[in-house]
Amino acid sequence: MSSSSSPLPPSAFTSAPLHLAVALDGAGWHPAAWREPVARPRELFTAGYWADLVAEAERGLLDFVTIEDSLGLQSSHFLEPDGRTDQVRGRLDAVLIAARVAPLTRHIGLVPTVVATHTEPFHISKAIATLDYVSTGRAGLRVQVTARPNEAVHFGRRTFLRFDPGDLDSPAVRELTTDLLDEAADYVEVVRRLWDSWEDDAEIRDVATGRFIDRDKLHHIDFEGRHFSVKGPSITPRPPQGQPLVSALAHEHATGAPFRLVARSADVGYVTPHDTERARAVVAAVRSEQDAAGRADEPLHLFGDLVVFLDDDPTAAEARRERLDALAGYAYTGDARIFTGTPTQLADLLLELQQAGLSGFRLRPAVLGHDLRAITRGLVPELQRRRAFRSSYEADTLRGLLGLARPANRYAVATA
Amino acid sequence: MSTSSTDKPLKQIHLAAHFPGVNNTTVWSAPEAGSHIEFSSFAHLARTAERAKFDFLFLAEGLRLREQGGKIYDLDVVGRPDTFTVLTALAAVTEHLGLTGTINSTFNEPYEVARQFASLDHLSGGRAAWNVVTSWDAFTGENFRRGGFLPQEERYSRAKEFLATAHELFDSWRGDEIIADRATGTFLRDAEAGAFAHQGEQFDISGQFNVPRSPQGRPVIFQAGDSDEGREFAAAGADAIFSRYSRIEEGQAFYQDVKARLARYGRRRDQLLILPAATFVLGDTDAEAREIAHEVRRQQVSGATAIKYLEHVWNRDLSAYDPDGPLPDVDPVPGENTIALGRASVRQFRDPLAVAEEWRERAEAKNLSIRELVIETTSRQSFIGSPATVAETLNEFVQADASDGFILVPHLTPGGLDAFADTVVPLLQERGVFRTEYEGTTLRDHLGLDHPDTGTRVRRVAS
Repeated sequence: MSSSSSPLPPSAFTSAPLHLAVALDGAGWHPAAWREPVARPRELFTAGYWADLVAEAERGLLDFVTIEDSLGLQSSHFLEPDGRTDQVRGRLDAVLIAARVAPLTRHIGLVPTVVATHTEPFHISKAIATLDYVSTGRAGLRVQVTARPNEAVHFGRRTFLRFDPGDLDSPAVRELTTDLLDEAADYVEVVRRLWDSWEDDAEIRDVATGRFIDRDKLHHIDFEGRHFSVKGPSITPRPPQGQPLVSALAHEHATGAPFRLVARSADVGYVTPHDTERARAVVAAVRSEQDAAGRADEPLHLFGDLVVFLDDDPTAAEARRERLDALAGYAYTGDARIFTGTPTQLADLLLELQQAGLSGFRLRPAVLGHDLRAITRGLVPELQRRRAFRSSYEADTLRGLLGLARPANRYAVATA
Repeated sequence: MSTSSTDKPLKQIHLAAHFPGVNNTTVWSAPEAGSHIEFSSFAHLARTAERAKFDFLFLAEGLRLREQGGKIYDLDVVGRPDTFTVLTALAAVTEHLGLTGTINSTFNEPYEVARQFASLDHLSGGRAAWNVVTSWDAFTGENFRRGGFLPQEERYSRAKEFLATAHELFDSWRGDEIIADRATGTFLRDAEAGAFAHQGEQFDISGQFNVPRSPQGRPVIFQAGDSDEGREFAAAGADAIFSRYSRIEEGQAFYQDVKARLARYGRRRDQLLILPAATFVLGDTDAEAREIAHEVRRQQVSGATAIKYLEHVWNRDLSAYDPDGPLPDVDPVPGENTIALGRASVRQFRDPLAVAEEWRERAEAKNLSIRELVIETTSRQSFIGSPATVAETLNEFVQADASDGFILVPHLTPGGLDAFADTVVPLLQERGVFRTEYEGTTLRDHLGLDHPDTGTRVRRVAS
């Protein structure tokens, strides 16, 4: 990949193929998705449901799926539980869903959400390393923070101030946001060091000396940060990809902290611009943070996040959205732009946004039972016709699908 | 009791497969020894166990690599996967086999562990089990944000409260909350689903648990402690106890002691299974098996391993000694063991001076080298013989109430259970003491345990 700090607008003829991911969450991203006839709301907690979704995504040759997670019940409120009973509530651990589908798939990347705020980086590092082993090189993570006071009380080890969406720019909230995201950056640093804490050739099985490993190739990571210290090494050897994929969703924020986390720590950042002009600005802002972090020469994909309602007839997609909004009792909006239309129209939009410097997209199907198939069986063939998407899997690992090399181990002494 | 054992109905044996561990029981140097980290090895052992109709697969855990003399211990297998992740992946390649994970109650939080076990139970269709262990050392704590160090006397109180809290979380969903009625738009019957509040010495947490009730209600609970406190902890609430008594008289004494404690908690004798770990060596004949066993012992205890083992007792550097020579004439360094870190087994040497004296006398009397002494002293294979001999011995052990079955520890990865599955299991089935088909789908079914909802589960009082 060329220097990422100077993204030249590629011409339509030379543009690289797009990367595509889908974000899996419950019955879909619309709060009334579970009420659609195609939905399987009573199966959300079964392995078969998730296996079918990921198999469909793999059928469409997608780069990877992400799986949402949280350390509390879902809520339509900004920071509080909402007490609603008319939407999907409850979920399974995302890392374990990914592990359950890994042996059933062969090519698609598996990127569960992990919450950095209340969990142990040591546990998550070995969990994602193990996901990489059970998927033979297709693991990643999406790191997330939480400022929800009700989730903090589930752990009882820290308390967060309560605030409203209107207070986002207050000094106290700015400080909390920056603090949580800086902690997440430390968390990712620990996770990454632990992945490298075993060199690839540490296992020697030298019968003559009786040594199973060359212990000089295992390393304490000796991380000491403001929030935690971790000694290492990991109990799990370096995973097949060396460094599984690290990704994060980042919104525009007065502190710049979310973009800074992506710029410092991620291989893929998900951003939510609502038009091409905003996309250019967001890409420039993240690239600037990337330069500041000294990572200008390292590959960093920026994916646009879009909620999608897809039908072959654009009025059918509109009608579906209106019907679901009516069932929900309000017009669903969120952080990401909502696209309503045909696969052809979506292909036009994605290629336009690509010109702004986005190398891929993470699509959030409004109704998984409907819009995931519309992606794999409508959008994907349309993009393939335009030579903008792969026609077969070209690599065996997730890093390989994303054009990312297997990184050298930071602790290995270079040998000429 | 005047009834002789022949009048009793035959007990059904429970069998489990222990993935070979990071200790010197595991022989990694043999040509047929495979990977200890690739998923294919775990899948091989799990499929073999399921083919043989075993009750469950068992994974141990240690959260810091062992060190000896300030350096990472390199003579045994080093490295293992994350327990939850590999067990959940194994749920995809098996249909019936129970999946038991060892999870520490010191370096985890109840909310997270409860959602991981509940998720594993959902994703495996009711096959999850939790071997609850405790540790307290600051050495392991250095890998965690919560850090060490838990005073030793607090480890059981933390474990007890951790388990009780996890049960409150599992029970915070009754199992009938999700109705998903499209017509009325009601997904949840009750907005308070998952509500919990726990206030105790170790944990002060409240809110709503976010994983609905799983097929088994709660995972099956294993406990491994052998102290009086550990036995009491198991009698109070565990479903199975993992012991290390593989000799019949010791096994019977332990069995009687633990089963007798159950009545105090209003529990029946069949509500707690006793499953010792056991190793085995098979041969076509008993004589051949003994020869193989001797060779395996030599593979398990190399000269270097023998010296390191002696250091556990001596608590000092013995690298200058020849493993093929006599035992050291210097005495052990008294006090806390500082040479072998991250290794629970050193605690068995409560009086190192006496142990050293006894070993010296034994070595002198039998003219044993350091290596020969260690080979003789360290635990040998529990069952050695032809398939017929092993099947018979194992069955006698269970019928004599020395255990309810075994957790078998093969010494080879991943094929170490293959011969047992092919030759011993059919003989047990012929005797009518081991299942020929799985009768149920959940691990509770295999172990004959009640579902918590049919027992004495405390119902949440509606507020």
